[in-house]
Amino acid sequence: MGWLSRLFGKKEQSSQVAKTRLQMVLTHDRSDIPPGLIEQIKDDIISVIVEHLAIDPDEVVVELTKTSNESRLVAEIPIQGGARRKAPVVSD
Amino acid sequence: MNAKVITVTSGKGGVGKTTVTANLTAALAMLGRRVVAIDSDIGLRNLDVVMGLENRIVYDLVDVVEGRCRLNQAMIRDKRFSDLHLIPAAQTRDKMAVSPSDMIVVCDELRQDMDYIVIDSPAGIERGFRNAIAPADRVLIVTNPEVSAVRDADRIIGLIEAENKGPGELIINRLKPQMVARGDMLSIADVLDILAIDLLGVVPEDEAILVSSNRGLPVAMSSANSTSASQAFRNIARRLEGEEIPIMDLSAPAGLFGRLRSWVGRMNGKEGV
Repeated sequence: MGWLSRLFGKKEQSSQVAKTRLQMVLTHDRSDIPPGLIEQIKDDIISVIVEHLAIDPDEVVVELTKTSNESRLVAEIPIQGGARRKAPVVSD
Repeated sequence: MNAKVITVTSGKGGVGKTTVTANLTAALAMLGRRVVAIDSDIGLRNLDVVMGLENRIVYDLVDVVEGRCRLNQAMIRDKRFSDLHLIPAAQTRDKMAVSPSDMIVVCDELRQDMDYIVIDSPAGIERGFRNAIAPADRVLIVTNPEVSAVRDADRIIGLIEAENKGPGELIINRLKPQMVARGDMLSIADVLDILAIDLLGVVPEDEAILVSSNRGLPVAMSSANSTSASQAFRNIARRLEGEEIPIMDLSAPAGLFGRLRSWVGRMNGKEGV
């Protein structure tokens, strides 16, 4: 059925999946940071931010990226409803 | 004269280190070089059977290191190429019987009389691997286009750099051009993209490899240019010599028309791929 799904462009080629997975796993291998730690950091970041801003935890992406000579922790946290605060500021 | 020490390693087992070692040493000997292959996989001796020299072993690497024989007594001369030699591994000992400094001493003694010393490393990253890379001037990393082998190759590249033996050079073994064309196997470009090291050669999957190890006759020795793998090994040997040889075109004809064309080509006696 491989040719059918390819015909309809539904399934990513397995070589592409392999490449993406390898790049991800090697970023962790090279920096000696286990993937589970990133998940914990992500949960911690979410728990701090939801105190202050309206965010959808499912939309948050925290990942390790690797360029030729540095590793970087990148967090992408879309804020719901523009940049409005979750709770109105108390006016005096 | 001072030999170059080349270590063939991979991290993962079963990717073809021994096949690469046997064929590169044979191809270098065919170019008229004086070559010795050293099997450093102590306890799991294999290079002897792949090279077809298993019946001629009297002494081994551990005998040399422990002083039971002289170095040239452990060196088996290949009768097919008088300048091709093998120092076999011990079969009944373990990796701890040899140390990295033993390997340096052995190679230094061989350097004057040889052009190439090619060391077949065991799988893994422990003592056997350290022994194999200790005397290396160049390190060749063998990988297959699959996730486990590429991941281990990346780890090995890091370890080689940490030991100041880098940068290693990559050999991609067992590439299947048809699978790459279908998008079901990592391509040469994908692997290089991920590992970011220099490519020394690509060896296509070839049934002739198994046939040749059945017979104990490395494919690189077959006089005809018949198989793509034997050509690939001879090309790698010439690149080691410093020649500029382009990576052979392994692109498979894709699609119905391409397959038809390759089928017609085969009918005319020309091999596809």
